[in-house]
Amino acid sequence: MSTEKEPLFSAKNLKLLSEPLGQSNPITIQVLGICSALAVTVKLKPSIVLAISVMAVMAVSNVVISLMRKAVPPRIRIIVQLVVIAAMVILVDQVLKAYAYDVSKQLSVFVGLIITNCIIMGRLEAFALGNKPWPSFLDGLGNAAGYGWILIAVAFFRELLGSGTLLDMQVIPQAFYEAGYVNNGMMILPPMALVVVGIIIWIQRARNKDLVED
Amino acid sequence: MRSFSNTYIFVFSLIMVTVVAVLLSFVAVQLKPLQDMNVQIEKKQDVLRSVGKAEQVAEVEDKNSYIDEEFGKYITESYVVDFNGKQVETDAFEVMLSLAAEIRKPQEERNYPVFVYSENGGSKKYVLPVRGKGLWGPIWGYVALEEDLNTISGAVFDHKGETPGLGSDINTDWFQEPFSGKTLFNEAGEFVSVQVMKGGADPGSMHQVDAISGGTITSKALEEMMKDCLAGYVAHFKEIATN
Repeated sequence: MSTEKEPLFSAKNLKLLSEPLGQSNPITIQVLGICSALAVTVKLKPSIVLAISVMAVMAVSNVVISLMRKAVPPRIRIIVQLVVIAAMVILVDQVLKAYAYDVSKQLSVFVGLIITNCIIMGRLEAFALGNKPWPSFLDGLGNAAGYGWILIAVAFFRELLGSGTLLDMQVIPQAFYEAGYVNNGMMILPPMALVVVGIIIWIQRARNKDLVED
Repeated sequence: MRSFSNTYIFVFSLIMVTVVAVLLSFVAVQLKPLQDMNVQIEKKQDVLRSVGKAEQVAEVEDKNSYIDEEFGKYITESYVVDFNGKQVETDAFEVMLSLAAEIRKPQEERNYPVFVYSENGGSKKYVLPVRGKGLWGPIWGYVALEEDLNTISGAVFDHKGETPGLGSDINTDWFQEPFSGKTLFNEAGEFVSVQVMKGGADPGSMHQVDAISGGTITSKALEEMMKDCLAGYVAHFKEIATN
């Protein structure tokens, strides 16, 4: 290992942050964390809160695991990761209940389900266990952001087309409804989230041929 | 990869779980008062909403003290009755907080909280909390009755996890508003509650409201909840009427 100090935002570190947003996006490329992407994206607000919560849990647990990486016995590493994630999620849940009660009510069970979000454990296992805290922090942030922006994009279309609102504010003018426009009830149901994710994947692969599998 | 002895693994796990346990319990205890406060404020807000108060809640800065103040101002009396209409010496607010446990008992053994609203000594309204089982989880609500103890002046419902866009619509205005003006008793004075009609309510009926299309189970559960919980107040209503 070289003792030379790497700059905080070296090209390599920045790549950790930017790659998961696009070409190694957890949802569209690795197809992880799909379940929550389907469940909470009916409305924009819960999606944004969940994206932020996942980001907090992921960045912090990545750092914690990375700090402990030399002390964690490999034989019990999975359970150690689980404990760290679970503890973080409970913290987030408690804080939301105390300071953002309305949002926590909307998210209800999904905050708890962050524990089962495969992206988080995947990153701990694949990255944090073998890297220093700072790159791990960036990796966590990057992957959570990659997950989050897909979540928010899906929620944007579902809320707009399904309820005619954005962040609970009416955006489709009343005149449209009077002219016979009807909200698409299908958009509210989980299958449409899958279709919207599918369309995002389609667009992404059409633009970047390297991602197309044979 | 380094190898670790079994002793190391045991000690490591022990330390880890202790640290995590201490941290989480500390946070939980610290945040508990705030969380309880949120729950109480929400209940108070719902009671006020059922009588058409607390409408500026979105505009005020300090929501908690606003709700507290409004609640103290308009809810002038609160008490608990049993199935036979006799008053019970318990705090109505406490009973409302533990309504989930209350409805698991048989109807005859439950405590029934009543909140009385009056503004500037005008006519009273009676707010009755209701709770039941929806499709996916609990549903609950607050039914406000006019002074005749028959006409509904307003109703507010909410749910834990009904299907979004379908059953979850019980907490929207379009579903709740039609309850106003409906009556709980028919002409013969029998308790009939309010029916939630699939396929649309008969516009002339005093006891029917529209169900939610696609949310039939939730709608029916709501009807059942109203009947189940409000039936317990009938004896008390008679008592008030005869006095």
